[in-house]
Amino acid sequence: MRAVIAEDSLLLRIGLVKVLEAAGFEVAAEAGDADEVLAAVGEHRPDLVLLDVRMPPSFTDEGVRAALVIRAQWPGTAVLLLSQYVEERYAADLLATQTGGIGYLLKQRVADVEEFVDAVRRVAAGGTALDPQVVAQLLLRRQADPLERLTPREKDVLRLMAEGRSNTAIAEQLVVSDSAVSKHINSIFTKLGLPQAEADHRRVLAVLRFLEGA
Amino acid sequence: MRSALGRAAGYAPWSARAWRETAFTAAGVGPAAALPFVMLCAVPYPQFAIVLVPLLPALASVLTAVQRSRFHALLDLHIPPTRHGESWYTPAGIGRRLRSEATWRQVCYHAVVAPTAAVGAVAVVCCWTFGALCAGVLSWAWAVPGTLRLPGWVSGDHVPLTVLGVLLVLAAPPLAHLLTRAETAFAAALLGPSRTRELARRVEDLAVSRAEVVDAADAERRRIERDLHDGAQQRLVSLAMNLGLARATLKDLPPEARSVIDEAHREAKEAIEELNGLVRGLHPAVLEDRGLDAALSGVAARAPLPVRLSVDLPRRPAATVEAVAYFVVSEALANVAKHARASRVEVAVRVRAGRLLVTVEDDGAGGADPSRGTGLSGLAGRVRSVDGTLHLDSPVGGPTVITVELPCAL
Repeated sequence: MRAVIAEDSLLLRIGLVKVLEAAGFEVAAEAGDADEVLAAVGEHRPDLVLLDVRMPPSFTDEGVRAALVIRAQWPGTAVLLLSQYVEERYAADLLATQTGGIGYLLKQRVADVEEFVDAVRRVAAGGTALDPQVVAQLLLRRQADPLERLTPREKDVLRLMAEGRSNTAIAEQLVVSDSAVSKHINSIFTKLGLPQAEADHRRVLAVLRFLEGA
Repeated sequence: MRSALGRAAGYAPWSARAWRETAFTAAGVGPAAALPFVMLCAVPYPQFAIVLVPLLPALASVLTAVQRSRFHALLDLHIPPTRHGESWYTPAGIGRRLRSEATWRQVCYHAVVAPTAAVGAVAVVCCWTFGALCAGVLSWAWAVPGTLRLPGWVSGDHVPLTVLGVLLVLAAPPLAHLLTRAETAFAAALLGPSRTRELARRVEDLAVSRAEVVDAADAERRRIERDLHDGAQQRLVSLAMNLGLARATLKDLPPEARSVIDEAHREAKEAIEELNGLVRGLHPAVLEDRGLDAALSGVAARAPLPVRLSVDLPRRPAATVEAVAYFVVSEALANVAKHARASRVEVAVRVRAGRLLVTVEDDGAGGADPSRGTGLSGLAGRVRSVDGTLHLDSPVGGPTVITVELPCAL
């Protein structure tokens, strides 16, 4: 797997390269701003792009805009955004087109190297990785809709689904059995009125419903 | 008795004060004549008023400058200038001056007070000259006999005339003093800035300087946040990442070394959290970059109880107001979590009648008392610093509602 890293802080960039290389990625290029990263992605066509949200020149949302361009021009590329803070609208923008191969994590999560690498692999493999804080903020916005009918436990499960966890990981996290998780998930599908279809597809729809309107 | 004598000596014709005040009153005659002269000239030609009226503020202003320098030079009194700040030659500027009450106070001084004082000044000068002349009559007659030819209405006896002369000379200094005091009082009231005006201006100055101080403090908080983010935060994240990497990759370390790395890693992560908390208390980057809605949804999501947040703003308010609103909500939520035993909180930010209205309502136990904790009084102070108001309604048994209104031009 090949990756491109865009991060303006040299210190963090070096660290991220080390972490990705230790996780078995080949770091094809490093960039310090949005223009550089777009050029690098065009040139190297990586599987994954790791992007800092706040980059020169304006230090606001360069990373998000670059991510949207990457998703539009090279649709197969997985994008993982790192941000100093959570702006759920960024997440909504990113998830508006596709939910696969997208990640949005707080920068400080890179400290937990194993979990971070887990998230990177998940995103590179076409999954999602949303920071718990992103999910918490998205949940905050949605309280007068079908989600309101979910039990607290079901909300926990949905939140973990939105973070991109597998059933087993959810079961581990909530300290319940796999079958309990499946039951919760089916109940969520029913309450959200999702059509009978392939499980993974419904899973994505549930997460989307969860994120909708942000 | 002695003090009475001393006071009387102060009015002696040879005292410095007597001469200074005489000079002062006499010097007023010239400038006092100017405005009445112009006005009298205009009487036979009413059409002249068209030219005169627009010139009136200018004339008043020039005369006021003359009078001000007269007070300064002869009495060492400083009459503060009134502020206009308008340009002179535009019709709008003249119009503003004509509508200004300071102009009319000055005109009143130059048209009424100064001429009256000038009449008094003439009297003082007469007292001096006729007094000195009459007082000299006896000695003249004695020194050069036969040369003195007095007009027929003066009786042949020189003594009453001399006494009259001495009395006039003695009367001149108190008269000059009286005039000086009266004119000084009028000048202070009519030529200087009015007290209400002065107070209004002072309030304005204070409001401006306070706003500057508050803004500067806010800018300083933002700068510190930036410095922390660019420096310490990045370093700590990098440190924690390296420790995490060591933990993840160095599997065959002795258990002691492992536990040391684990400990260091945990502490580095805690330090990051602590620093993040500090930065959030200062001025979070999300507030500056993305505004209240985004920043408050972060605060609400971190709160340990369910928060319903609604932010409805047509535009972003001023940075300082945003910062205060953010601070209010985050402090209020922290208070609710700590004290209120609430199960849910409702936070609303909206604009009503040109004010930013922030309400935080919880369903907790109520009975919040701002005098007990520093949290609420700190909030009130910060709200007041931008001319906002904080209202706390917290009956025992709840619910508690904090309403904050902040000025904002939206």
